[in-house]
Amino acid sequence: MMQTAEMLKVFNRHRGDALVVPGRGGRFWVNISTQPSRDLPLGDPAMGGHAMFSLGLALARPKNKVVLFDSEGDVLMSMGVLPTIADLAPANFYHFMLDNECYATTGGQPVPNAKNVQYDMIAKGAGYKHTYAFASLEEFTGAIGDIMSLQGPVFCALKVVPEVINEAIGRRPRWNTRTKDQVIADMRKELGIAG
Amino acid sequence: MAESQEGFLSPKTVLDEMKKNGVTHVLWLPDSETNWLYTLMKAEPSLTLVPVSREGLAFSGAAGVHAGGGKPVILIQNTGLLESGDSMRGWCLGMNVPVVMMIGYRGYTRHGVNTDTVADFTEPFLIAFGIKYYLVERDADAPRISVAFEESRKKNRPVAVLVGDEYHGFN
Repeated sequence: MMQTAEMLKVFNRHRGDALVVPGRGGRFWVNISTQPSRDLPLGDPAMGGHAMFSLGLALARPKNKVVLFDSEGDVLMSMGVLPTIADLAPANFYHFMLDNECYATTGGQPVPNAKNVQYDMIAKGAGYKHTYAFASLEEFTGAIGDIMSLQGPVFCALKVVPEVINEAIGRRPRWNTRTKDQVIADMRKELGIAG
Repeated sequence: MAESQEGFLSPKTVLDEMKKNGVTHVLWLPDSETNWLYTLMKAEPSLTLVPVSREGLAFSGAAGVHAGGGKPVILIQNTGLLESGDSMRGWCLGMNVPVVMMIGYRGYTRHGVNTDTVADFTEPFLIAFGIKYYLVERDADAPRISVAFEESRKKNRPVAVLVGDEYHGFN
């Protein structure tokens, strides 16, 4: 397993000018990214929706690479999104999935069949063009450059160390310094999108 | 006696409203009423059809399309609307997404004697979320679709169009 923050630091070297939806990795990514106006740290509007949001973004911005850091809990909740992504097959879509085998933000309870699900195989079966699974930072570091040069859609399952939170939601440090509206407005301004 | 065409909501009318209002992406899950509309949408080069397997996904997808500068419309049935509540709340209401959702009004009969309980819950559900809605049943009602688009744009909110033509569908 790898530390999410270390993995994101490696990814950041290969980001280019991609739009990044950091999903469950948001609390780490906001301290790593050097292009916040191309980031969409949205927190958790409603669980299971980040992949479809990112697909919508990728379809609307076909000339921009869109990178998502999803989670296995989100994918399990909305597994039907995988065939939709494979069907639309956006060449600019890179779907990374953090698999810590648990619901870390609710105290670390295991997700269903936590240690045995092969998400890359599920994505492959759904029709993704390229699928990968990495359990170590070394393997990931060696492959990420090539992965980011592929045409999407790409799915990449990453085993990460659970960083369990037991604090009540109201007492957790707030890592997002921008509102969702501001995040979207900043990206739209960066890309020259009117309105 | 056969009913006149004016008594129907034709799929072409719905498509024309979408085009008139600049829709770029249709996030949809088929229902029993929309097959002819699907055929027309598929042939329309200005539209990208995004099929979802569960209606809640249409709302997060619409939020992404909007963020990227596209203009989404959601096309689902009222049964799927009910299961989409949290996604609609978080991804569209919570992110101020101007989107029209066209909702097949299954069970609605106009006479108050609904044929499916989902029709009993549809309007109370929309009211509970504070979502304005318009009923369309025939071609003559089509301008209300544009009213819905304009309202969603002005208020940056989802607005619903209830398609109360279950008997004929978009056929």
